[in-house]
Amino acid sequence: MPPVIELDRLVVRLGGRTILDGLTGTLSGRAIGLLGPNGAGKSTLINALLGFHPAASGAVRVFGADVREAKALRRLIGYMPENDAFISHMTGVRFVRYMAELAGLPSEAALERAHEAFFYVGLGEARYRKLGTYSLGMKQLAKLAQAIAHGPRLLLLDEPTNGLDPPARQRMIRLIREIRDAGQMHILISSHLLRDVEETCEEVVILKQGRIAAHCDLESERRSNRKFVELETVGAATSFTDAVQGLGAECAFYPNGHGIARVKVVLPDEVEMRALFRLAAEHDVQIRRMNYRRDSLEDIFLAAMKEEGGVRGRP
Amino acid sequence: MAVHKRAYRPYEGPLTSERWRFLVLPRYGLLELFESRLLTVFTVLCFVPFLIEASAIYIAYSPAARALLDISSAGDFVRKPDFFFATLTLQGGLAFLLTAWVAPVLVSPDLVNGALPLYLSRPFTRAEYVLGKATVLLTLLSAITWLPGLVLFALEAGLADGWGAQNIRIAAAVFAGSAVWILVLTLLGLALSAWIRWRIVATGALAGVFFMGAAFGEMWREVLHEPWGRLANLYYLVGLVWRSLFGMFARRSMAQEMFNDGPGRDLPTWAAWAGLAAAAGLSMWLLDRRLRGREVVS
Repeated sequence: MPPVIELDRLVVRLGGRTILDGLTGTLSGRAIGLLGPNGAGKSTLINALLGFHPAASGAVRVFGADVREAKALRRLIGYMPENDAFISHMTGVRFVRYMAELAGLPSEAALERAHEAFFYVGLGEARYRKLGTYSLGMKQLAKLAQAIAHGPRLLLLDEPTNGLDPPARQRMIRLIREIRDAGQMHILISSHLLRDVEETCEEVVILKQGRIAAHCDLESERRSNRKFVELETVGAATSFTDAVQGLGAECAFYPNGHGIARVKVVLPDEVEMRALFRLAAEHDVQIRRMNYRRDSLEDIFLAAMKEEGGVRGRP
Repeated sequence: MAVHKRAYRPYEGPLTSERWRFLVLPRYGLLELFESRLLTVFTVLCFVPFLIEASAIYIAYSPAARALLDISSAGDFVRKPDFFFATLTLQGGLAFLLTAWVAPVLVSPDLVNGALPLYLSRPFTRAEYVLGKATVLLTLLSAITWLPGLVLFALEAGLADGWGAQNIRIAAAVFAGSAVWILVLTLLGLALSAWIRWRIVATGALAGVFFMGAAFGEMWREVLHEPWGRLANLYYLVGLVWRSLFGMFARRSMAQEMFNDGPGRDLPTWAAWAGLAAAAGLSMWLLDRRLRGREVVS
């Protein structure tokens, strides 16, 4: 079975600027997160997958088919754009039916699927209202409904929780998880919100300035038994972190002012926790709080943002 | 239909033909348009001249009807190309009004709220999008121009033995003249709808293209005493094309009376064709610039 997405030295230039710069990689996860700061190229990559932005060089393939054969490929894709995308004078169910028909469903099947999609996203009661009267959260859900109504194999979600309040965000995340767990389609989620991606994805690509800064399997990262410890300290100085690094540990020091600092430590397997207490006592450092943490997506992201060049994680 | 089940299931049913999928757009478009009673009434009114003309033909060929209406002589006006030219001119004017009403709501609602990427993220090309939207206008305008024109021709051919065969050029002129006008109106209407967000402004802009163009062309002609400014007058250009299609240059025709033309003040026919082609080409270029999956700002 071909991978979901293959990037082969993909370069996309827009308005004379290089937006995606030689992306290479293979994405196969059931739910793939696309992370990066604003302007990193996340939406451009999604547009390239849809064939909206042609590759200046290189290629991008979806399910083994080059996106230059976009028409046949788009049958397999559902797309939920970042920005508003609706026809305000249409009722919700009519809009989704219309979009399903354009994807190739016969009229009656499209109507049935439109109703089902609306109930599925939780907008069943509002399906006969005009889209222009929907709240922002409802419009996001309607966008999701039109993206799944025709039964795609790959769902592209561009900032799906944009502008949602916490309950609406939770609902959207729950829906994405349900779709993922149903196992009928792959999902690519572009977001700048680490939490959204962490809660829904198992594979992550982090973009930075149009390049892949990190590509990792979150599940593997979660499974890896790295001892990640976060300390809140008083009186810690570089001498303490140097001593911690002397144990063979990776260590990052974040002073907060007034002598308080956050120290993140990744301990090697053979080092016991009490070694940290011993070093703290030797350097007259108070440990106010200690959290065991796995290597979180935030850490992967921050590391990727710091690294110049090279790709962290998978090649 | 298990709409109450909140569970996702893939679609495994049949798909429609890709070739004819663009017809989804006119189906939805026409249904929405005719939800407006005003438009429905106006469309019906567009057929009133046709009914009057059909009655005139019938009366001209029916001694009983003439006797009933106490008309001594019907004359032979309905037998001449001028009759069909006048019909086309009238229906062409109505076609313009219908375009000004309908075209602004065809493309702009898809652009105002960013729906275009949803169309183009499906197995649906920009060309199919334009074709689908154009089909809405092509259908409406055909229904009030060449279709009634050809029905009148068929009616007259049926009532007068041999007239149809002798005047087949009239049928061709009605069809071709309507087609040219419909194409120009459709492309221009879609282009304005793509670039102008507000309906009333788009309607005004379409009227402006015609009326301001006509005013400019006629002013040019009067002031400079030469006809080339009339290239901006699209209604004049199509009138010239219609005259050539109806073969009405050999004599001073009703068309010349209508357009108040003296000798040497007309553009050559090729210039009229070129002017209309340029208007259509410009409209297509505007559509191409506007209808993209994603806007790229340089």
